[in-house]
Amino acid sequence: MNTEELKRLTVAETLRLLRAGKVTSAELVRGLLEIMESSQQDIHAFVTIDAEGALRQAAECDARRAAGEDLPLLGVPIAIKDNMNVIGQPCTASSRILEGYVAPYDATVIAKLRAAGAIFLGRTNMDEFALGSTTQTSAFGPTENPVARGCIPGGSSGGSAAAVGGGLAICALGSDTGGSIRQPASHCGIVGVKPTYGRVSRYGVVACASSLDQVGPMTKTVEDAALILNVISGRDPMDATCLDEAVPDYTQAWAGADPEKPLAGMRIGLPKEYFGEGLDPEVRARVEAAAERARALGAETVEVSLPHSGYGIPTYYICMTAELSANLARFDGVRYGLRVPCDDVIAQYGATRAEGFGAEVKRRVLLGTFVLSSGFYDAYYNRAQKVRTLIRRDLEAAFARCDLLLGPVTPEPAWPLGVYQNDPIRNYLSDVLTVAANLAGCCALSLPAGKTGEGKPVGVQLIGPNFGEMALFRAAHALECRG
Amino acid sequence: MEYEVVIGLETHVQLKTRTKMFCGCTLEFGAEPNTHVCPVCLGYPGALPSMNRKAIRYTVMAGLMLGCRIAPYAKFDRKNYFYPDSSKNYQITQLDYPLCLGGGVDIAGDDGSRRTIRINHIHLEEDVAKLTHRAGCSGVDYNRAGTPLMEIVSEPDLRSADEAIAYLTALREMMIYAGVSECNLEEGNMRSDVNVSIRPKGQEAYGTKVEIKNMNTFSGIHAALLFEIDRQKRVLEAGGTIRQETRRWDTEALETASMRSKENADDYRYFPEPDLMPIALTEAQIAEWAKDLPEAPGARRARMTEQYGIPEYDAGVLSADRALADFFEAAAQRCGNGKLASNWVMAEVLALTAKTGTALTESALRPEMLGDLLKLLEKKTINGPTAKALLPELFEKGGDPEAIVKERGLGQVSDSAAIEALVDAAIAANPKVVADYRAGKKAAAGFFVGQVMKASKGKASPQLVQEILARRLA
Amino acid sequence: MAGFDIDRVAYLARLNLTDEERALFGGQLETIVNYVDAIARLDTDGLEPTLHGHRVNNIFREDVPVTGLDPEQALANAPARIDNEFKMPRVVE
Repeated sequence: MNTEELKRLTVAETLRLLRAGKVTSAELVRGLLEIMESSQQDIHAFVTIDAEGALRQAAECDARRAAGEDLPLLGVPIAIKDNMNVIGQPCTASSRILEGYVAPYDATVIAKLRAAGAIFLGRTNMDEFALGSTTQTSAFGPTENPVARGCIPGGSSGGSAAAVGGGLAICALGSDTGGSIRQPASHCGIVGVKPTYGRVSRYGVVACASSLDQVGPMTKTVEDAALILNVISGRDPMDATCLDEAVPDYTQAWAGADPEKPLAGMRIGLPKEYFGEGLDPEVRARVEAAAERARALGAETVEVSLPHSGYGIPTYYICMTAELSANLARFDGVRYGLRVPCDDVIAQYGATRAEGFGAEVKRRVLLGTFVLSSGFYDAYYNRAQKVRTLIRRDLEAAFARCDLLLGPVTPEPAWPLGVYQNDPIRNYLSDVLTVAANLAGCCALSLPAGKTGEGKPVGVQLIGPNFGEMALFRAAHALECRG
Repeated sequence: MEYEVVIGLETHVQLKTRTKMFCGCTLEFGAEPNTHVCPVCLGYPGALPSMNRKAIRYTVMAGLMLGCRIAPYAKFDRKNYFYPDSSKNYQITQLDYPLCLGGGVDIAGDDGSRRTIRINHIHLEEDVAKLTHRAGCSGVDYNRAGTPLMEIVSEPDLRSADEAIAYLTALREMMIYAGVSECNLEEGNMRSDVNVSIRPKGQEAYGTKVEIKNMNTFSGIHAALLFEIDRQKRVLEAGGTIRQETRRWDTEALETASMRSKENADDYRYFPEPDLMPIALTEAQIAEWAKDLPEAPGARRARMTEQYGIPEYDAGVLSADRALADFFEAAAQRCGNGKLASNWVMAEVLALTAKTGTALTESALRPEMLGDLLKLLEKKTINGPTAKALLPELFEKGGDPEAIVKERGLGQVSDSAAIEALVDAAIAANPKVVADYRAGKKAAAGFFVGQVMKASKGKASPQLVQEILARRLA
Repeated sequence: MAGFDIDRVAYLARLNLTDEERALFGGQLETIVNYVDAIARLDTDGLEPTLHGHRVNNIFREDVPVTGLDPEQALANAPARIDNEFKMPRVVE
């Protein structure tokens, strides 16, 4: 297999080749490691590459396959966002404060992938603690968009998106708190799924905002995303928010569809607020073309309204920073990670955290501490939780009228690296179309929808009701247009 | 001036679950440092709490025992503060929607009357780690971190140090009874924060309260309260004012001392724990858990007095220990005579446990055996001394009393002709004693009873022997 | 917006700030707080808060032991240890 073929390889194709004995995992891993290592200088998609571990796992997988074994992902290499614990590997969440930390346990998603035979290639770069939408807040330097060169890859799962979009990895895991899978997937021209809250275990994933975080697949195709979601979904007794809900075979979502009109009978809502002012004309054109294609494929489209959309960003930034401020309190230099030794405990905490956290982390921890503090709790945290109810009800009302929503992922395509770095609100606004799904707990997906005139990828977002992944995959598979 | 004392207690009771509140680590007192830890209780990146069902169940059972209402909706919250005994720098606790509301504990007040000390609520939370202070540094051991603790918060209804101890004693008894805690004081299973204030007698408004933190012995609480009440009186009488503060009991100096106040006031920034879903128990679930709950000791005491016609004192002793009360009731029902069963359990059985050092539950004696033994006594198949002689054997090895009596021919002799012959023989053999008796030394009758019992190998009915003797010696 | 006290908030969050950070974050956070203040315009009376991503109650774990870490594993990441404990500067109570 030549490098270009390897770069285009999907999960489904990898499994076909491995099962047919046309390729070995060792060959794939060696090839990918070469691509990954040579791309580090330019793209910098990875924080850590575990060449030795990946080669060892590949040999094991090949031996198991030779012995007649088969598993859903046996021998398939995957890249992992740097906020998920993999036993024996570092896990920094791209932060200095976790430098030197070696995970003593597997996150549940990792344990599930391991049991399904996946190989862990390395750890992808991200915004520090998943706070950002550009991967520029990483303590280890930014990642560059492999498709729209010179631009941000999006974030916070920018390393995973760049790895898959640039062909450095066949597939990857990301995590999405307010758009962190969908937005970089959109900017890098790949598929990214934010599953329903409670679909996938969060155990072992460094928490950003507990009530919003969800892990999901980042892949080249819809089918690949379904294959991975099949493996990582399901109840986990270690995560009390992960639900005991049946896991269907997501690759069956499009089975038996009418090849001419695969979306016949489906009603797709177009939220008018998502097509308002501030939407880049080229993005609008690509998304409207996707809606048109959906109609051509048999779907009915209706205009719907999400009247509280304008409150999504304020609500999100209050809820997420509040939870974050408590979730990041454990990074205190006592049990793991960085410590700046002092004679006094309080001084040591303050110094360790000052040294270990980057600017964006500090800003959000300060904001989250403020919105919970005495005298401000009711006006900010408590009120935001109530507005969250309004946002959830908007989506519930929309799903009473249609099966799915369709809109843009981001208001504009990837912007050049280094821009807007000292304008937090400008950065926060790039999440405006993605936060609602997290606040309401719905599932959502980003699907490539073509490119701008400058060649920047544009994504289209599909949002489904809670545990509506099957409908999401059915529509996405029909709409999928590669290249 | 005469003062009235006002005391309220916040009592932490450790639940006897196998594992911690939010992770699968086992609980073991006195284990080597950091041998019962995992990513969850160490607060590792990515680790999440997961609620122990049994801890919820035990707290509900404790609440039912204390007559609380079980909240239709309860949730956990994060209490944020940085301290080295916390692995996450927040504690998972319950702020405004605790599991149990209301309820109370009955005590005998200082004036002798029974009073109910009201419970405000019971909430569930996790314990912190243990800090060991060494030269120039401190060490942290997380074995204890995450231990499930109920916090039982009383209303300020207690009026003296004695009442506080009466309340804690009753509370402890009930928690052991409900089977939800060992309440082992040496192992710190029951620790209290004590709030105390005084006010001029007749005044409605409470005085300024002082909190004495983390007390784990009853004698310590009693001594600390006496000291603190006296201290507050002295301050007020000297024209001073009480400062609202936290004090600690100095076990060496035997006085309460002000704790260093923090430069910056705490702001715990409580908010709902996003990692745990709320608890909304159905009536059916609560009813199912209630089935495992024994009758409360107070109610049981009253019922047993009534049902078995036994003295209140006996009922109190028996009901204080759930296993003992269960044993007594089973034996009483088997033999059909509650008073007899109570006498035997209180005197003979407890004496055996004391003498042998074997707990009743660990002995071979089953309540049915005692019941059958007493039935034989009731029917006069055997006499009292025979029954008493058999009990230690049953206690040690068990067995069927009826079969033993039959097999060894221990049935008592109630044949008056046979006893008359023995009595006559005894009188004939001891003319001097007969003379003493007739001369007015009535105690000499006892000698003859002994002689006859001995001659009958202990089987003669003592009552019959006495009757016949009285006739013959008259 | 009134009352954003960066020193108090930084103390609560245990974040030592440099003078530059204090000035930079203080200004930025005032802007952000003013921006999120938008939610004050909404009438939220009588609304239930949404605290989670879904509304399923009573999710429990059984009281069954799970193997944890041995002391060496537990202390492997510790920046400083003393015997089998995590070492801290002396804590004054």
